[in-house]
Amino acid sequence: MTALTRRQLLQRSLLSGAGLFVAFHVPRKARAVPEPAGKQVPHPNAFVRVAPDDTVTVLLAHSEMGQGVWTGLAMLIAEELDCDWSKIHVEHAPAAPVYAHPAFGMQMTGGSTSTWSEFDRYRTAGAMARAMLVDAAAARWKTDPKKLRTESGYVVHGKQRLSYGQLALAAQAQQPPKKVTLKDRKRWKLLGKPTRRLDSPEKVTGKAQFGMDVRFPGLRTALVARSPVFGGKVKSFDAAEAKSVAGVEQVVQIPTGLAVVARDFWSAKRGRDALQIHVDWDLGPGATLDSAALLQDYRDKAKSKGPGIAAQKGDAEAALATAAKRVVAEYDVPYLAHAPMEPLNCAVKLEGGRCEIWTGTQFQTMDQMSAAKIAGVPQENVVIHTQFLGGGFGRRATPSSDFVSEAVHVAKAAGVPVKTVWTREDDIQGGYYRPLFLHRIEVGLDGKGAPVAWKHTIVGQSILAGTPFEQFMVKNGVDATSVEGVTDSPYVEEVPARLITVHSPRTPVPVLWWRSVGNTHTAFAMESIVDELAYAAGRDPLEFRAALLAHKPRHLRALKTAADKAGWAKAPPAGRARGLAVHESFGSIIAQVAEVSVDDDKRIQVHKVTCAVDCGTAINPLGIEAQVQGAVAFGLSAVLHSELTLKDGRVEQSNFHDYRVLRLPDMPEVQVQVLESDAKMGGIGEPATAPISAAVANAVYALTKQRLRSLPLRLAVA
Amino acid sequence: MRLNVNGTAREVDAPGDMPLLWVIRDVLGLTGTKFGCGMAQCGACTVHLDGQAVRSCVLPVSAVAGRMVTTIEGLSPDGSHPVQKAWVEADVVQCGYCQPGQIMSAAALIAHNPSPSDDDIDLALAGNICRCGTYQRVREAVRKAAAQRRAER
Ligand code: FES
Ligand code: FES
Repeated sequence: MTALTRRQLLQRSLLSGAGLFVAFHVPRKARAVPEPAGKQVPHPNAFVRVAPDDTVTVLLAHSEMGQGVWTGLAMLIAEELDCDWSKIHVEHAPAAPVYAHPAFGMQMTGGSTSTWSEFDRYRTAGAMARAMLVDAAAARWKTDPKKLRTESGYVVHGKQRLSYGQLALAAQAQQPPKKVTLKDRKRWKLLGKPTRRLDSPEKVTGKAQFGMDVRFPGLRTALVARSPVFGGKVKSFDAAEAKSVAGVEQVVQIPTGLAVVARDFWSAKRGRDALQIHVDWDLGPGATLDSAALLQDYRDKAKSKGPGIAAQKGDAEAALATAAKRVVAEYDVPYLAHAPMEPLNCAVKLEGGRCEIWTGTQFQTMDQMSAAKIAGVPQENVVIHTQFLGGGFGRRATPSSDFVSEAVHVAKAAGVPVKTVWTREDDIQGGYYRPLFLHRIEVGLDGKGAPVAWKHTIVGQSILAGTPFEQFMVKNGVDATSVEGVTDSPYVEEVPARLITVHSPRTPVPVLWWRSVGNTHTAFAMESIVDELAYAAGRDPLEFRAALLAHKPRHLRALKTAADKAGWAKAPPAGRARGLAVHESFGSIIAQVAEVSVDDDKRIQVHKVTCAVDCGTAINPLGIEAQVQGAVAFGLSAVLHSELTLKDGRVEQSNFHDYRVLRLPDMPEVQVQVLESDAKMGGIGEPATAPISAAVANAVYALTKQRLRSLPLRLAVA
Repeated sequence: MRLNVNGTAREVDAPGDMPLLWVIRDVLGLTGTKFGCGMAQCGACTVHLDGQAVRSCVLPVSAVAGRMVTTIEGLSPDGSHPVQKAWVEADVVQCGYCQPGQIMSAAALIAHNPSPSDDDIDLALAGNICRCGTYQRVREAVRKAAAQRRAER
């Protein structure tokens, strides 16, 4: 089913009198308190719509970027609505206040929160729609609604049955119920069952529409020439040669550089190539940036405690001085680009006091606010048509709305509808990276090998400094995303004397959350140092962890399951070794065992990764498995290959030939064991990315006795 | 310039150095073929040229005049190609952006080699990057599709 036919379907249902739609918001803690549904014209604030042709349209408050909300959130509604799964259609919702994230209060997708945050709201929407359909049928049959039941898209009364489509219009006139009771999970038919994706048919035929694919008459394509150095500005330029390229229509100046506006991508690209040699940049202080020097500077900083005190108890220094054994280690990780497969793009049309935007975004509300300011229109006049996202990983959630803001600037300056397109080079060199981080950890062990002192200094840029999130998430100089995974580590919370501090240096490099955010480096540091401690204490890494995690039953269960499934107790095949890691993030716990070997060229090969994941209630186990496999692959890119370096302010990599990522032949067999638990539902898009670095590094150590403390992992070639 | 795209002769007005990818997407409006890198590194732009998988982002359109180009839209009218069916069955896709390219590479592989070994699969799809990391299910789906192809013969 193409995006177009889905839209046509929706239009059909609008024209035909709309049928039933349910619109309301669920106060965060309260039970469902419906707002009255609109009367004639459907209000756009709807989560589910039943049309006279029996189709059920689910409107997604979250963006589908691969993580499977297109299917998972529809399952929540379908379970309670009791509709025919084959009649479900899914749409991205427009940008509107009713679609604000239930936990964050703005429309957005991120933090592995979509499923748990919508668990009640979407189920309630389904239950309300069902109740209204039942009431409509009861009125038709002049009977008590309590005597009716529903069955896969029908309301049934003895031998009589009416389809939801037949009842849709009448249901619209029903009062939404004040309160609905959600099904007990023992009665679930769909939730918890492995369910195939609803977006596969359009994605395997090329019909799925991504932002990149947006086309309409009059839409131009623009490429932007940006400063080769972060923070640089255009000093002067000569656009004559660019304008002489066939197909180039305009060159306009915008805050981030110069946009070459042309009739198609290729003309814009050739125009920009022609322009670039005729731009004089005021590079500014960013021109001296050097990532190797920066890392050295971080190393120096880490020698003294940071100004941000993240956790403090007892006297860590004194406890270190008297400990039976001290282990000191430094771990570092480089800048990384997200490199979603679909390069960034954004189409904008400014017309009649409205700003229309077509893009794949994780941050609708922020984009709306930024666009409104730039376009000079009220926020509600910014219409966002969310397209499928060709990957997000955090890059499409910029607090500054960088790529959307820029596109609005271009459309405004050019006076025509424009789609900005980033090349891969623009993407790799364009900033908003996972920041470079360094951890220095000093641990004191007692005579039995138990940690008694923990001094931990973290150095790296704050992701949230300077953003609207700073006020909530940066406290006393500590950005919560810099320390997540350390301050809340179950290893650390039992240590009697501890000091965790942070240095948050500023650099001109824009930084951003990258799938699993702070955990990308904290899980590497924590699970590596614990492995080092195990060896220092002369204990088995599994047994050592299990002893430290005795107070954490969910961790223990995940750890033991992964170890069992991986055959930890048995020797690995010849030439291979195993390493393990366990980490909690986004409310889920995941344990991983990596089995590795090293080839003749000292390249690390990861053969198998065995995962056990506890994310509380599992809604779609098939989707969970896919997210864990994918997150491991995403993490492995950073473990084995990816690294951005800066020299003279320039990013030295530019495309996939030198910013290398995991390819199919490198993909290990990833086994996923989903552990059901009664714990609060957690997220699943990100958690598996975090510990894989340490699991692999620990396996490499077990095999080679070389402790690798920098990502990507590289063995010394003798 | 005359091209044969998905079995139909098309007259296109484009500079000869324009890569086939942009002719397909911007001139012909077939957007199933994707742009991912522009330098034959990622495979998102994979199409068939006379039945061979090629990277259309580095192929000047002048080089393909008169030859048969098949894009994802032309692989089957309705998603019924064994590779597409196997893809749905194995629940491969995530964001989906790389998938037309993966599918075109896989379809070319099994057309030429109905019994690919695991190494054959790894080799044939090594040029198709998936940032969502769907590789494991890609492998599984290619095996499935090849088996189905063999059964149909
Ligand atoms: S776009 Fe052609 S190989 Fe990447
Ligand atoms: S499915 Fe997203 S890049 Fe492959």
